[in-house]
Amino acid sequence: MPKEEAVEVEGTVVEPLPNAMFRVQLESGHKVLAHVSGKMRMHFIRILPGDKVIVELSPYDLTRGRIIYRYK
Amino acid sequence: MTDRIILKAPWELALLRKSNRLVAETLAELALRVRPGASTLELDRFAEAFLLARGARPAFKGYRNYPFTLCTSVNEQIVHGMPSERVLVEGDILSLDMGAIVDGYYGDAAVSLPVGRVGTEAERLLRVTRECLDRAIAAARSGGRLADIGRAVQGHAEAHGYSVVRAFVGHGIGKSLHEAPQIPNFVEPGRGRGPVLKAGMVLAIEPMINAGAPEVRVLADRWTAVTVDGSLSAHFEHTVAITENGTEILTALESAGA
Repeated sequence: MPKEEAVEVEGTVVEPLPNAMFRVQLESGHKVLAHVSGKMRMHFIRILPGDKVIVELSPYDLTRGRIIYRYK
Repeated sequence: MTDRIILKAPWELALLRKSNRLVAETLAELALRVRPGASTLELDRFAEAFLLARGARPAFKGYRNYPFTLCTSVNEQIVHGMPSERVLVEGDILSLDMGAIVDGYYGDAAVSLPVGRVGTEAERLLRVTRECLDRAIAAARSGGRLADIGRAVQGHAEAHGYSVVRAFVGHGIGKSLHEAPQIPNFVEPGRGRGPVLKAGMVLAIEPMINAGAPEVRVLADRWTAVTVDGSLSAHFEHTVAITENGTEILTALESAGA
């Protein structure tokens, strides 16, 4: 079968939400609900509104994602 | 589609044995008909009739509108080659990939075969790719990890100067053709060792090995995947069940071995 991978896209954090969730505006203009990846939480990488991040989207639900990288 | 790996109950395993055994039997019959002068369409027709006569349905036909029972991938074609009027010639290598549905449960397997006598390079690629599958199956055991499978394939292929295709992966199988997990034939750096393999998992393991570079291109027919560099490619696939007492190859005929 063809390998299915999560899509990685860049976006900007617009709003922090409870439970370490964030509203992220993607470059495409879409807004998605994203949580912070466990690896980033473990390393105490803080995310603030305005940060540029990479979000991993599931091909099955493009309205939710996981923040996997915060640009310095 | 869910990411959860569906464990099969013993009664489901019994049904999967039936569908997978039928796939193995069909491939064995097809192997007798692979010779110079045969067309891949002829093989496809035979396979479809063989399945229907036994109360089974082809699993690929209709899957995302795929129009055939078999995938026939010749030489630089890796997988998903479409049967056609193309006539096999001496020296070709042919991958036959087929799925069948019996009582709602899927079987899936593939073999690569020489057409007549083939060159030593082609022969070596076929042998090593088959060995990759053998090693992958040996690595797929209860208590092991998913990534053990990819490591076994990649290690063996690369030790022979070959490369592992990345764009396609093996898969869980059951009441659908493709279930979780995806089973890469290579190690994905940074992805960890993957889930623990447990009794009840049924996996279709399918290494695709290129004699040259691993890159893949899909032809305009939107199915046929070929090597970008035109090098030969081989593909073997077995469906196996992980059990408490070892891994059972569901698509092996007793006499044929693994």
